[in-house]
Amino acid sequence: MAEVAEQEKVVKAPSEPLFSKKNRKLITDPLTDNNPITIQVLGICSALAITAELKASIVMTIAVLFVMGVGNVVISLMRNIIPSKIRIIAQLIVVATLVIIVDLVLKTYAYSLSKTLSVFIGLIITNCIIMGRFEAFALANRPWRSFLDGIGNAAGYGIILIIVGFFRELLGTGTLLGIPVLGDPVDKTGLYAFGYENNGFMLYPPMALVVVGLIIWVQRSRNEALIEQE
Amino acid sequence: MGLKQNLHNLKEKYKGTKMAPAFNAIHTFLYLPNETTHNGTHIKGADDLKRTMNIVIMSLVPCLLFGMFNAGYQHYLATGEIERVTSGFFSGGFWTVDNFMIGFWKIIPLVIVSYGVGLAVEFVFAVIKGHEVEEGYLVTGMLVPLIVPVDIPLWMLAVAVIFGVVIGKEVFGGTGMNILNPALTIRAFLFFAYPTWMSGDKVWVHGAVERNNEIIAGSNLDAISGETILGSYAQNSEVMYSLSDMFLGFIPGSIGETSKLLIILGALFLIFTKIGSWRIIVSTLVGALVMGLIFNGVVDAGWITEGSKFYGLMSVDFWQHLFIGSILFGAVFMATDPVTAAQTNKGKWIYGFLIGFISIAIRVFNPAYPEGVFLAILLMNVFAPTIDHYVVQGNVKRRMKRLKAKTA
Repeated sequence: MAEVAEQEKVVKAPSEPLFSKKNRKLITDPLTDNNPITIQVLGICSALAITAELKASIVMTIAVLFVMGVGNVVISLMRNIIPSKIRIIAQLIVVATLVIIVDLVLKTYAYSLSKTLSVFIGLIITNCIIMGRFEAFALANRPWRSFLDGIGNAAGYGIILIIVGFFRELLGTGTLLGIPVLGDPVDKTGLYAFGYENNGFMLYPPMALVVVGLIIWVQRSRNEALIEQE
Repeated sequence: MGLKQNLHNLKEKYKGTKMAPAFNAIHTFLYLPNETTHNGTHIKGADDLKRTMNIVIMSLVPCLLFGMFNAGYQHYLATGEIERVTSGFFSGGFWTVDNFMIGFWKIIPLVIVSYGVGLAVEFVFAVIKGHEVEEGYLVTGMLVPLIVPVDIPLWMLAVAVIFGVVIGKEVFGGTGMNILNPALTIRAFLFFAYPTWMSGDKVWVHGAVERNNEIIAGSNLDAISGETILGSYAQNSEVMYSLSDMFLGFIPGSIGETSKLLIILGALFLIFTKIGSWRIIVSTLVGALVMGLIFNGVVDAGWITEGSKFYGLMSVDFWQHLFIGSILFGAVFMATDPVTAAQTNKGKWIYGFLIGFISIAIRVFNPAYPEGVFLAILLMNVFAPTIDHYVVQGNVKRRMKRLKAKTA
């Protein structure tokens, strides 16, 4: 993708509409055919660690959306003044600044949630998707396209997080966003009246890996373009 | 025209359609297929996959029947309706119809669910992927009811079987390609997903959970404690079973693993028919004994005091570890699975030794997982290909050296 982008820079297309087909593809591609988690298998660590609750997944998604959207724009604006020898350091400073903003906002307005997410907000810095997009896209593209690319990849990451979080919370604790949806396990109402029990395995990270694996399986078997040639 | 001929004719009719694999499976299961070899050698060994599987199942049947009697025996013993038997393996109080019926009605549904769900998954995969149904599930389906507590709810078993067969086997390519032992994958899933049904002192005796609920609700009954021997040791409490009870199997535990005598008979049968690898069985037991000896040594040296939470299990005589828990069952029926075990002879020794060694280590050091055997076997399943790789490489290196020495 990076190579394609670099070629485009040379061509220069000044009068391109904001949501041209090519720009729309920047958002839609990472959601499906080029999903950062299921296709590129990046950012797995946080996908396994924090998806036991749907709420945490959603907050993580918003945090990454912010960091990637803004970060890509900032890097893109500075792309001509960053010396290529120290570009990794420059990228790190940008992402670290943004992550600290997110972290402080969470600590101020949602303290208990920031406890749940604990170290993983800080670890957004090391999220391979972010550095990957800075390096592969923002350094070689205009701010608007970089913004779309950042939002698209963050959304592709977030959509998987939310799917995994949905199933893990529903099957693991019988709640969604903390609201009991399958009945009360103590009073034995709803599904629990029939002997249903929560699946404790769902709360362990290994099960998140299995869920991600199942998503990859479904996606690959439905999307012909992804089936590897033998 | 008999059923066999009918099936032969039907098979022709289904040939080439989507349902052919499912149909062929039924055909193969009931009869020897009427297929002839098309090319190459025309001599076939009689020990095909189906027969191999059947021999393992035959060696498991005594454990299953004993488990049925034992389920009833433990139940009535706990409710105080019968006395503890004292006169050895052929005690009249154990082999009663009442005992058998309790176990029969609890365990046959487990067997049916295990086979029904497992084979259904295999059939679905065979039809979708268009390959033949393999016999791989026949043994797994029999092992699964033997390694769960008697009161496990059927739907949990069904969910676990689906998980175990799909994730443990089908994603790797089906029978013969799996890395993990499917039966143990199923048990591991149950253990981590529904720990309240898989561990503790209430699940091993039929009726103990219900009885406990009634007591909580205010009913005036004696509580049943069906603590396993491992559980008692892990809590440093008194063990109420004699060594002969442990050996003969008159103890609470998973359905099929209590009777060491019958497991040993099954092991001899498997070794005699050359289905199970004696190297793996022996090395597993050696590994367990070595770890037990090390722990005994630690206790003898006085490095650990009676106050320690490890004292109970560490001070168990090293040879007694073989009679406690399911190390013997694991060694004989789980570790020897030819697909997931190491393939080379030297590799089998290493593989088995580490299983035994790690089993006892988990047993002692982690009171939360008093039965570490299944975890140890799953772990070594993962390492088996690596062990084989290095054994083969070592062999290659040695022979290269010899070759060089000769030619130089």
